[in-house]
Amino acid sequence: MSANNEKRNTYYETIIKRGYSRRDFMKFSTYMAAFMGLENSMVGQIAQSLENTPRLPVIWEHYQECTCCSESFIRSNHPIVADIILDRISLDYSLTLMAASGHQAEAAKAETMKKYYGEYILCVEGSIPLGDDGNYCCIAGKSAKETFLEAAAGAKAIIAWGSCASNGCVQAAKPNPTEATPIHKIVKNKPIIRVPGCPPIGEVMAGVIMHVVAFGRLPELDRLGRPKAFYGKRVHDTCYRRPYYDAGLFAETFDDDNAKKGYCLYKLGCKGPMTYNACASMKWNNGVSFPIQSGHGCIGCSEEEFWDNGPFYERTTKVPGFAVESNADTVGKVAAGVLAGGIALHAIGANISKRKELMKRIKSDKKNEQDIDS
Amino acid sequence: MANRIVVDPITRIEGHLRIEAEIKDGVIVDAFSSSTMVRGIESIVKGRDPRDVWAFVQRTCGVCTTVHALTSVRAVEDALGIAIPPNAEMVRNIMEGALYMHDHAVHFYHLHALDWVDIVNALKADPKKTSEIAQSISSWPKSSIGYFSDVQKRVQKFVESGQLGIFANGYWGHSQMKLPAEVNLLAVAHYLEALEWQKEIVKVHTIFGGKNPHPNYLVGGMACAINSDGAGGLNVERLMHVEKLLKEGKEFIDKVYIPDLLAIASFYKDWGGIGKGIGNYMSYGDFPTNGYADLSSFKFQQGIILNNDLSKVHDVDHRSTEEIEEFVNNSWYDNYAEGKDKGRHPWEGETNIKYTGPKPPYEHLNVEEAYSFIKTPRWKGMPMEVGPLARLLVGYGRGNEEIQGAVNGALSHLNVPVAALFSTLGRTAARGIETQLVANWTLEFFDTLMTNIKNGDERMANTESWEPSSWPKEAKGVGFCEAPRGALAHWIKIKDEKTENYQLVVPSTWNASPRDPKGQRSAYEEALIGTPVADPNLPLEIIRTIHSFDPCLACAVHLYDEHGNHISQVQNISSCDS
Repeated sequence: MSANNEKRNTYYETIIKRGYSRRDFMKFSTYMAAFMGLENSMVGQIAQSLENTPRLPVIWEHYQECTCCSESFIRSNHPIVADIILDRISLDYSLTLMAASGHQAEAAKAETMKKYYGEYILCVEGSIPLGDDGNYCCIAGKSAKETFLEAAAGAKAIIAWGSCASNGCVQAAKPNPTEATPIHKIVKNKPIIRVPGCPPIGEVMAGVIMHVVAFGRLPELDRLGRPKAFYGKRVHDTCYRRPYYDAGLFAETFDDDNAKKGYCLYKLGCKGPMTYNACASMKWNNGVSFPIQSGHGCIGCSEEEFWDNGPFYERTTKVPGFAVESNADTVGKVAAGVLAGGIALHAIGANISKRKELMKRIKSDKKNEQDIDS
Repeated sequence: MANRIVVDPITRIEGHLRIEAEIKDGVIVDAFSSSTMVRGIESIVKGRDPRDVWAFVQRTCGVCTTVHALTSVRAVEDALGIAIPPNAEMVRNIMEGALYMHDHAVHFYHLHALDWVDIVNALKADPKKTSEIAQSISSWPKSSIGYFSDVQKRVQKFVESGQLGIFANGYWGHSQMKLPAEVNLLAVAHYLEALEWQKEIVKVHTIFGGKNPHPNYLVGGMACAINSDGAGGLNVERLMHVEKLLKEGKEFIDKVYIPDLLAIASFYKDWGGIGKGIGNYMSYGDFPTNGYADLSSFKFQQGIILNNDLSKVHDVDHRSTEEIEEFVNNSWYDNYAEGKDKGRHPWEGETNIKYTGPKPPYEHLNVEEAYSFIKTPRWKGMPMEVGPLARLLVGYGRGNEEIQGAVNGALSHLNVPVAALFSTLGRTAARGIETQLVANWTLEFFDTLMTNIKNGDERMANTESWEPSSWPKEAKGVGFCEAPRGALAHWIKIKDEKTENYQLVVPSTWNASPRDPKGQRSAYEEALIGTPVADPNLPLEIIRTIHSFDPCLACAVHLYDEHGNHISQVQNISSCDS
């Protein structure tokens, strides 16, 4: 084998060489279409795209980060990461996984940047520190900014993994001592897909890459550059605890009776109402759970400046500039009012001894309502 | 004349690490370890709500995700005098146990194995012989001839594609690769299996903490309320899911990881005499079973061993200003007011970044002056090695029969003396041995949790001191744990309901730090001394020893000659005509 081999196998060739039949290949294309939520008429297009596309070269850089994005990526269930890196992309540079170190690692990257100029996808994990001339993050003796600009120049498109590359994340929280900067503020002339989250969900990361691989084009993005398929809805709007919010039923403290019943965590600081992400719909680690299901409010990790929008355990209405919530609050208040009314009607038919208890409950519900308004 | 070798980036680690080593007559005579990235998280958490800090500092590391969150909530609970409910203690232990299983297995297969396993050579293997070897060392079911033959075909096609991806420019065909082709094939198959397995065991974190990486923690306990008769919290379905994951995890550790580790180690026994290190080992202890305040209930014991002397174990006290200190004499931070050569206890620590290194792009660091973003911690002025080996040695020295049995069993299996533990091989073996212990303990923690619930205790959080108005005006605390990579502690000072000061001293700070004012080397630097390097252009041996510590910072190694000139890469050894 030779790294200088000019020939790259297409998916179709790879699959046939692995002993699968043409029929298997078409089945796979149908599966991919279903996975992408497409009409049957698109199957042919996917098959053709897979048949004729060699494995996409990918360079994955690490700057100011904690490697949670790489870790999340290898958690993907569909496709699994072994299939992605062996069959679907060519991950030519990744500090986390690559065998070579030092000069050998840098040489592998240089070769891909040269050979596939204009064709490779650049993935970035981490923010770039601009403070003190970029001295705060150096790799192979070069500053993060310098290596990023070099790699970006020949990239077909750039994927900003996680909140670090998309928004700056924890190191950009006040006072941002290293001037940690998201990549879209450094490179302007390239398509950039922002995939925020700390980290993003593994299947979302795999999904973004597979979109590019299977369709040969970037996913449709919202005005902030995020794929609409995964960042189109608020966590609050897809949350299974939303009916409790609407009914005005809230956990008051952690581990109280209401928390045990799985009531809404809004009053414990849940940032679901201001967070766009797929956590509540896709859930984490192949659908096992997500923060709210496991009893902790959303901390809003896919939103810009979420570290400074806290404290995490304070209700979002107290956060300055959070306008959306006044609407959500109104919804909760109206619903809570209806519930209190229902209890009042029921009280008429109840005997006197129960009446006191019911009045107490009505009062507490009203208090609940006032709390929401406060 | 010594040659200076630079390796930067060192890959298959977390973070940015650079090693510069001087080589004379094919052996390393001096070494310098440097971290070249900084974020300033300690200064970012100042002034914040102490209950929020776990989430900030958790982002120190997404590989050993959870340990900084755990250590942080322990520090705040210590400062405020909060005792957590027994169920929360067990859930935290189970999550940490699951992390050990995940982190150590991923380290072995995906971060460390490619230093010992020649993937390309696996193409020459006879799958029938690989199958025989697999069945002779384990009852793991995926061991047929057809299975290994399929793996080999898959690798063959991958190699033939010409796009080698993460395997490009690896150390294939290196003279120090010693495994037979059949064992290489076995390891490649399990590299791929482990990659698929690892995404399962972390679901334990998802159930209790809502996601992985970076599950949620809570000051005072855990947020995952128990409700044995409801759909709103942890009920029997959720708990049975955890039990299944833990049992499957243990099976993989017992039947794949440990047999592979012993099989591969048996071909590299010479590494039991390489990478010796400083001989001082420290463990803070972890896995409490009767409350965090009761050190005697910990599964891993606390203690310090000096000069490889297992007959005497010293105690460690995080609160004493006479014991743990951090120095910045060789680090890119402002010196303390009291002088360049003075250390500070972490409660009084500062983190004021001041880069004085060379301006990038640079060829080498000026190691005569500050050369790293890592500070230099010392215990009573002495450097300490932390990690799996330190934990096992402290347990061994303390007379812990379970640990002694596990260690002696591995030594006799490999037929090597106790002295072989103090080495690169010893560190890698210790990591596997303790994974097996922790996998067993984690099932014990799960049983305890189930018994508590059966007995009617469904408490998961102590919220008595939740409201900041209930706190004293000033408080300080220390949280510690045994992270997979070693002794980890956070020191917090709280004033007027806010975080006044926060300092982390992490395992890689102990192991990877630059030298102290007395010129004493830390563990990475010391362990490299005496390591033979067969080919300075392909410093595989440096990477083996550095990876045996499982560094938590991304590294890089470049090669330079004695004048600081870059040695060019000789050839592309990934080229292979086989």
